[in-house]
This record gives sequence, C-alpha cells and structure tokens, in this order.
Amino acid sequence: MTIRPETPIVHVQARKRREIEDVPPQPVLSCEGVDVSYGDFRAVRGVDLDFGVNEITALIGPSGCGKSTLLRSLNRMNDLIEGARVDGKVLFHQQDLYARDVDPIEVRRRIGMVFQKPNPFPKSIYDNVAYGPRVTGMRVSSMDDLVEEALTRAALWDEVKDKLRDSAFGLSGGQQQRLCIARTIAVKPDVILMDEPCSALDPIATSRIEDLMQSLRDDYTIVIVTHNMQQAARVADRTAFLTAQVDEHGQRFGALVEFGRTSQIFERPEDERTSDYISGKFG
Amino acid sequence: MTTLQSAIRGIRPLTGRGGERRPGPVVFLVLLWLSLVVAFGVLATLIVTIVLEGMPQFTTRLFTEYPASSPDEAGARPAILGSIWVIATTAVMTVPLGIAAAVHLEEFADQRNWFNRLIELNVQNLAAVPSIVYGLLALAFLSMLGVRDKSIVIGGALALSLLILPVVIIATREALRAVPAEIRQASLALGATPLQTTWRQTLPAAVPGIATGTILALSRALGEAAPLLVLGALVFVSFDPNGLLSGYTTLPIQIFGWTGRPQAGFHELAAATSVLLLVVLLAMNAVAILIRNRFQKRW
Repeated sequence: MTIRPETPIVHVQARKRREIEDVPPQPVLSCEGVDVSYGDFRAVRGVDLDFGVNEITALIGPSGCGKSTLLRSLNRMNDLIEGARVDGKVLFHQQDLYARDVDPIEVRRRIGMVFQKPNPFPKSIYDNVAYGPRVTGMRVSSMDDLVEEALTRAALWDEVKDKLRDSAFGLSGGQQQRLCIARTIAVKPDVILMDEPCSALDPIATSRIEDLMQSLRDDYTIVIVTHNMQQAARVADRTAFLTAQVDEHGQRFGALVEFGRTSQIFERPEDERTSDYISGKFG
Repeated sequence: MTTLQSAIRGIRPLTGRGGERRPGPVVFLVLLWLSLVVAFGVLATLIVTIVLEGMPQFTTRLFTEYPASSPDEAGARPAILGSIWVIATTAVMTVPLGIAAAVHLEEFADQRNWFNRLIELNVQNLAAVPSIVYGLLALAFLSMLGVRDKSIVIGGALALSLLILPVVIIATREALRAVPAEIRQASLALGATPLQTTWRQTLPAAVPGIATGTILALSRALGEAAPLLVLGALVFVSFDPNGLLSGYTTLPIQIFGWTGRPQAGFHELAAATSVLLLVVLLAMNAVAILIRNRFQKRW
C-alpha cells in the first residue's frame, strides 16, 4: 500500500482582492427610480442602483425587504407573476427593459438566472446544457464543444464527462446547482442573476459555488441575492443593503438603504440601519 | 402498592385509556371491517356469479362468430370489433382536443379573468352530467348536420367523446399542475418562449399523468351503453364494422341485447361477454396504474 500525500478536502483559492473603483464602472444594468408592485401593493420603491461590468454585486437585507423581487425585475421574470408591474427604468446597455418594443424572451436570454433551489430539467446532463442553445436557436458549430465548454466553465466537466447521458437528477445538490450555472452560461448571457444560489447547499458545495463565481466574474456581470452576510462579504465587490420600511398608510415596502463597496458597507457603514443589520441587531 | 410508591415519588403510572381492550374501540373496529366485507363481498359475488354463469359460453366462438338466433351458434365478434372502432375513434377525437384545452386553461389562460373561471367551473360540472344526456346532445348535433342514420361509428364516438372530454381535461390539468413551477421558470429564464416551455418541458413531464387519466376515461367510455342506445346503436349486427360511417354494436350493447332475450343460453352469452368486458376494463386500469407508478417523478 502506498501512502499518498494528504490532499485538502476543500480547495480554497487564494483570492486576490481586486482594485475596486469608487463607482460601478460601465454599468451593464442600471435601476432608475424602480418601483415593483403586485396589484395595488407597491412592494419595492424608489431603487437607484448601478451594476458595474464584470463586478459581483450582492443584494442583502432582512426577509421581506424586496431583494428577490428586485432581482426578478432585472430580467423580467416578474412578468410571470400575475399583477406584477414595474415602474421606473431598468436600463440594460442604455435600453429600457420595460420599453414597449422590448421582447422579454430576448431579455431573459441576455440576462440569465440561477435559482434558490437547484432546478435541473428531468433530462440528461447533456440535454440540460444544450436546452438553452436549442430553444433560442443559437448557431453553434458543435453542440458537443459548447456543452463541454459550459460544463468546464462551471467547474463540473471532470465530474460528469463520463456520464453526460445520465439523468441530471442523479447528481448531488451542489453538482445540480453547478449544472444550472452551466446551463445558464451555455446561452452566453451578459449578466447572471443568482437568487440565493447556495441556500439549499452544504458548506463545501457553497464554497465551490463561491469559487466559481469568482472565476465567472472575468466574463460576466453577476448580481447575487443572499441571506448570508459572510457570503456577501466573501464574494461581492459591491453590496447593496435593502430593508423593509413602513409608509404613512401602514404598508410595508422594501427600499434601498445603502450601496457601496463591500469593504465600505461592512467596515464603515454610513447608515445606522446598515450597521445594525450587519452587526446582527436585527434581521 | 406500586401505584402508591409511584405516587410518593411523584411519578404517575403510564397506564391510560389507550392501553386496554375496551368495548368501544373494538366495536368500532368490527364495524369498519364489516363495511369492508360488505363492499368486497358484493363485488366478489357479482364477479363469481358472472364467471360461473358465463363459463360454458366463454369459448373461441365468442370471439369468432356473429350473433345468431340460436345461443349455441352466436358470438360477439361484431361487438368486439365495434367496441374497438368506437373507442379508437373516441380516443383520436378526445386526446388532442382535451390536452389542448387543458394546456390553454392551465398554462395560458388568465386565471383571474371571469370568463376563464366560468369555463373552469363548467368543465367540472360537465364531468358530472349523466351520460345519457351526452347521447341526446350527440343526437341533436347529428340531426342538425342532417345525418339520417345516426347509428354509425363516428356518431357513437362523438357521444362518448363529449362524455369523457371533461374528464380528460381535468386529468390533464392536474398532471400539468403537478409539474413544479421551477421547471417552467428555469426554461423561461434561459430564453425559451412560453410555447417552447410548454411543448418541451411541461407537457413531456406531465405525460404519465395524462396517459393515466386518459386510459381511465376511455375505460369509462368502453363500458357505456346509454348514450349509444339513445343514438340507436344496433343490438343485432351480423357484419364487421369497416369504417367511420359503418353501423356497429359494442360490448355493453350486445350484453344489453342478449339479456333481453328469453332463452337461458343468451343469458349465459351475456355473462360471458360481461366477463370479457370486465377483463378488458381491469387490464386498462392496471395499465394506467402501472404507468403512474413506473413514471412517477421525484422532483
């Protein structure tokens, strides 16, 4: 029996802190006075935010602060909820996503989304990744190459290359979530929205997804909603803190409190509510 | 003394109301068993009686011969073929229509619209309408079209389609509803259109449920006699049905016809045909259950 050198269970990359500019550079997505309503209920009010190119922006805040609602308005997934309406402007490369002639299907292809619970299709691993390019009619010279590229990019290729035709349901939760990320990047979006992508995963799987986000940042602009402040502190370049407020009619609504570099939000918050939340006084 | 010792130590004994065989629960249990015995007893008696009565006539002749004036020469061949023709036509008419209607109601219609809610309510009501009413409806419809001879395969299939359409719609809607919303969202978030999402994700995932519901609905149609009798389906057919406009009879109608005859031999034939019908129905239901269990998805 040969003694193998011990290998670490979790490979933690030494992350080099990037230089982060004062304001989001060349914003890919911008919110200007965004209100999101469900019927008569204005759930999120007056949000102004810029999402800089190749940056990871975290949306944090207590439950009911509207961070997921806001995220879903960024690629028109809110359209699917009956009665949902967005006022104000969401600009994507200076085009208003809610302008009359904008096709929500094209919006969603350009702005991908990864969900809270891993939700692979009941198909093979290969077909999960190939689905997006197929339905959007992408011209690809070789689907096999595209699938390999997407799976490699999502740090899943080595684990699944011998079982591409197996059902995606046979994968572990963390692998399924990386498959969902691979599926999203296969259609080559500009932006990836992540709605609490690690909340259903164990710490090891979470750490792999966080590593993956760091490597994806070079090519994509990422917006992540997270309940986990440590996660925001670990992965995000910039952090927006939202909170629930009560208006004069007694209605609760979500609003943006503070937005800045993650280091500033966590070390020198300007608003008292931010520092209270970060220090664990509420939420 | 032990109770006293426990009481001294402040521990109450663990004996209680559920630990003993009291008369109340025992009587209740016996009543439950009794109702089970009654329910199964009736079914078992029915099946045993039919099988015993029909056994002498359950021969290959039943499958190969045409009805005749003597019970020893008669068979149910036209009824078997007629049932196949009518049910196949019913399936062809109902399945696409029912699935399409259900997909519209479940995936595309605005559930808040009063008109769609009215349709939904009506589909549920239609599923409870007595089958003979559908026979009358088909009769009126064929008369409006000016069809003189209404005892044709397509006429019977029309009545049975109307009968089971609501059932197929409801079963399909339930199967679609069982597909998690996350699957639809994942598809739409990748830039698929709602139509692509329905066609490539939701509908394939719902196929087992749809198949189960459809088979059960068709087995109901297979056992129906009333709507076909209203349409004047023939009880004495001495030819094979050969098309949609052909005259026909079906197994339940053949049974009905033979039961009305005075000779005991025809009653035996009716019993034998009932056994055949029962076997086919049970087989269809078994297939439905198999499909449901085999393809049940764990999300």
